[in-house]
Amino acid sequence: MTEALRPDLAIIADHIGDATRVLDVGCGDGALLAALRQKPGMDLRGLEIDPANVATAVARGLSVVQGDADTDLGYYPDASFDYAILSQTLQTTPRPDLILGELLRIAGRAFVSFPNFAHWHGRISLAIGGRMPVTKLLPERWYDTPNIHHLTIDDFRALVKERGWSVEGQWFLNKGRKTNPANANLFAEHAVFLLRG
Amino acid sequence: MDAQAQHDVGLFGLDRHISLPGPLLLDGGAKLSPVHYAYETYGALNEDRSNAILICHALTGDQYVASHHPVTGKPGWWTRLVGDGLPVDPARHFIICINVLGSCMGSSGPITINSATGQKWGMDFPVITISDMVRAQAMLLDHLGIERLAAVIGGSMGGMQALSWPSLLPQRVESAIIIASTARHSAQNIAFHEVGRQAIMADPRWQGGAYYQGEPPSAGLAVARMAAHITYLSEAGLTEKFGRQLQERDSKTFGFDADFQVESYLRHQGISFVERFDANSYLYITRAMDYFDLAEDHGGILAHAFASCRNTRFCIISFDTDWLYPTEESRHIVHALNAAGAPTSFVELSSPFGHDAFLLDVPEMNRIIDGFLRTGAA
Repeated sequence: MTEALRPDLAIIADHIGDATRVLDVGCGDGALLAALRQKPGMDLRGLEIDPANVATAVARGLSVVQGDADTDLGYYPDASFDYAILSQTLQTTPRPDLILGELLRIAGRAFVSFPNFAHWHGRISLAIGGRMPVTKLLPERWYDTPNIHHLTIDDFRALVKERGWSVEGQWFLNKGRKTNPANANLFAEHAVFLLRG
Repeated sequence: MDAQAQHDVGLFGLDRHISLPGPLLLDGGAKLSPVHYAYETYGALNEDRSNAILICHALTGDQYVASHHPVTGKPGWWTRLVGDGLPVDPARHFIICINVLGSCMGSSGPITINSATGQKWGMDFPVITISDMVRAQAMLLDHLGIERLAAVIGGSMGGMQALSWPSLLPQRVESAIIIASTARHSAQNIAFHEVGRQAIMADPRWQGGAYYQGEPPSAGLAVARMAAHITYLSEAGLTEKFGRQLQERDSKTFGFDADFQVESYLRHQGISFVERFDANSYLYITRAMDYFDLAEDHGGILAHAFASCRNTRFCIISFDTDWLYPTEESRHIVHALNAAGAPTSFVELSSPFGHDAFLLDVPEMNRIIDGFLRTGAA
């Protein structure tokens, strides 16, 4: 696999060790799983809702099942994975808090990446322009967006604290590059968190 | 030529027949001995005998998966998947397809001779199960010297066998591909089969199954096939193909001829089927399918049926218009495999053709199976 990984996926791939069990929830066409397959001794699984993506992932030899994170995570036993991954999907789920709880039930640790709605671009669009932001990372308009639960980095931190989970790692991205954690809520377009239940 | 190669020469190829002494212990308690097999192989076993793929056929299928049927003269029933340059390729794989136990194309069934009486078994043939079919296949593979299968593949009832293989013999299966199938027959599945069986048994020619000296119960078997055939198609598919169009006439006849094209089509399906299939075999195999419930022997918990399958890769494929074995049945299997920790792939494909889609031209299915099998070979 030589294709370039999306920056948030590259961060996740860099921080997953060899010989681990990984469930990628919303794995798309399996790009991250295919990259992780290069590591020795991996046990890799994916869950993806879009049938065309699933077909592509399965055709590249990955163990990916078509299903819906909102209904199908319940069928996975407790602690059956070392890592669960939820990339760019949290904001599309009806109950993000429940999904995170499920990830940390199924796996010891969870990588979660999401677009930061409090990035300054969005703030200006809303505060000055008075319109819901449409950006490169959030390209859909308010009426056709799958992102039904917009959140900010600080929102996410507050939820993590409230539920008593711990943050073992956090990375912030701006224009696809890692950016300073200071003032991330204002300056990062994208965040990646590693949580522990 | 070494001894192994000499052994293989007579055993491998088209239209093979062999009888093994058995006995084969059946779920119903009977012992079958000898056990007759009709099967075909394509391609060659590689040196470490690791490239064997078993294809399991459906209710009315046979061993002619990729060669011409001797009765109908039609090409093999899965030439879209099995053949040169296709996902299951004799250039790379050693492919085996065995006529199932209970069938009528050469393997032990009601039309073969009961050695105790010298007569055809008829309804004295023991009732069999899907597990019996799998154990019979395993016994033949033992004889062929095939310890382990790179893959077992089947659609519909073939899928039931492909799903049972790793459950019964996990150490012998690398991977299993289960298409348009189910882990258990539903009440509706059983009900449709019962209609077919009653149609056969209501035919006066059936005579309790002892019709081999005279005329077979073709009318009953044709009706059974017609009823079943409807379940293999989708409503949308039937509507698109036939609608309410009349058959070679301008108006309704106010009679009971095949006025509608769909009637004529179904009658044709029924009539052509009886030329190649035995009514008693139809009873036995539908019974085996109705008895199929993989969870039954595991306290009703399907995941327990796959407890030893952590090293078997599964690929489950369903079709969105299949109402015989709907996607929900495949999902049920997938959830159990996930719970058991078995590496599993699953996708529901879109097709207008209903249950029969797995036999038709579905490029996406071939792409998935090809990728899945190549991963195993890597």
